[in-house]
Amino acid sequence: MKPAAFEYHAPTTIDEAVALLAEHAPNDGRILAGGQSLVPTMAFRLARPTHLIDINNVAKLDKLAIEDGALCIGATVRHAQFHTPACDGILGHLLTNVVSNIAHYPIRQRGTFCGSIAHSDPASEWCMVAATLDATMVAQSVSGERHIAAAEFFETVMTTSLNEDELLREVRIPVLSDDTVYGFQEFNRRAGDFAISMSLVTYRLEAGKIVDPHVGVGGAEDRPRRITEAEAALAGQSPGDDAFRAAAEAAAAAIDPMEDHATNAQYRRDLTATLVRRALENAAS
Amino acid sequence: MSDKKDITLTINDRDHNISVDPRWTLADVIRDHCGQTGTHLGCEHGICGACTVLVDDTPVRSCLMFGIQADGKKIRTVEGLAKGNEYHPLQKAFMENHALQCGYCTPGFLMLATGILEAQPDISDDDLNDVLSSNLCRCTGYANIIKAVRAARDEMKAAS
Repeated sequence: MKPAAFEYHAPTTIDEAVALLAEHAPNDGRILAGGQSLVPTMAFRLARPTHLIDINNVAKLDKLAIEDGALCIGATVRHAQFHTPACDGILGHLLTNVVSNIAHYPIRQRGTFCGSIAHSDPASEWCMVAATLDATMVAQSVSGERHIAAAEFFETVMTTSLNEDELLREVRIPVLSDDTVYGFQEFNRRAGDFAISMSLVTYRLEAGKIVDPHVGVGGAEDRPRRITEAEAALAGQSPGDDAFRAAAEAAAAAIDPMEDHATNAQYRRDLTATLVRRALENAAS
Repeated sequence: MSDKKDITLTINDRDHNISVDPRWTLADVIRDHCGQTGTHLGCEHGICGACTVLVDDTPVRSCLMFGIQADGKKIRTVEGLAKGNEYHPLQKAFMENHALQCGYCTPGFLMLATGILEAQPDISDDDLNDVLSSNLCRCTGYANIIKAVRAARDEMKAAS
């Protein structure tokens, strides 16, 4: 239950951090941000990184601001910074609604938004938010920066398209228009526990009909994603029980649920249908 | 493989100049190298909260932070709650409400509650329940822990 030995680096600039990462990543060097997932993994010796590059003292990684129509979240922004709205409007409200479901209060003081995205646990609320709202991940390495769309970022359980020498420097979430409505639903057995399934939905109304629906599902599959079949069932429809049930059923049919000792695939399908329907009802209310 | 590094840990306003291996958690450094054994270790992977301390006045799991990361930071542990012979209102409330049985989780609960009551003196009962759900009590004495923290909140508010 004690982490194995490692070399510790505490860079103070982004250039220094990515140079260290380029040097040590081939020998299992890792970035240490909040450490709320990495350190337990090290305590179990499931991870034995030889070098840790601690980015907590790196200047300019604590950015949390609107730029070019997107909320930019830097690599050292903590979950707790969303306890109150991080920006005006619907997006700030949405993130504050979601954050209370992430682990527990002390964990939220250390854990970081970008750390969750890079760790890519299927049950991560932030990963589902990023996938549903089409966030862009900004990866930085010694060779420059690369922008990765959420749909191309999450690959499978704890696996992303980040290269080993890339630091997830920032995540950009497009601002939601004032007429966007959203709903969020998560199910787990204990407060703060991992989601067995969860759903985030957003849409707008034009002449009483649903436009630009986003239906995200997380926790149920090996990665969070938008469910296009459910979105197709909503587009152009009037919000209400018929459309919501059709979308929920479409989502349940479209997913490929994970199974574990306590949860079989059919249970996760049924649960996902219920959560998508309730999220849509939340959005409409 | 890794070299020790010299750091200064400020625990309850007292400086400890020590040499640490980077792999040592803050909890182990506080207990084994600064002699402050009031902080307890339960699960050592961030689930139970027994090791909760305040780092720059914020409650964190000291098993999920490395000691080397706390260099120069202000750490508060259960040993710093009482002022001389005068117990902290939370400590008194825990005694009066029978909020500890075996006592193993108590330092963690006290530091968690101290952190939240200092940050949000007017916290609602519901929000307090949510925060207190962070830590585990294997004696399952939650009802009395919640009662004690509510009593301390009211007491601290009245005194301020």
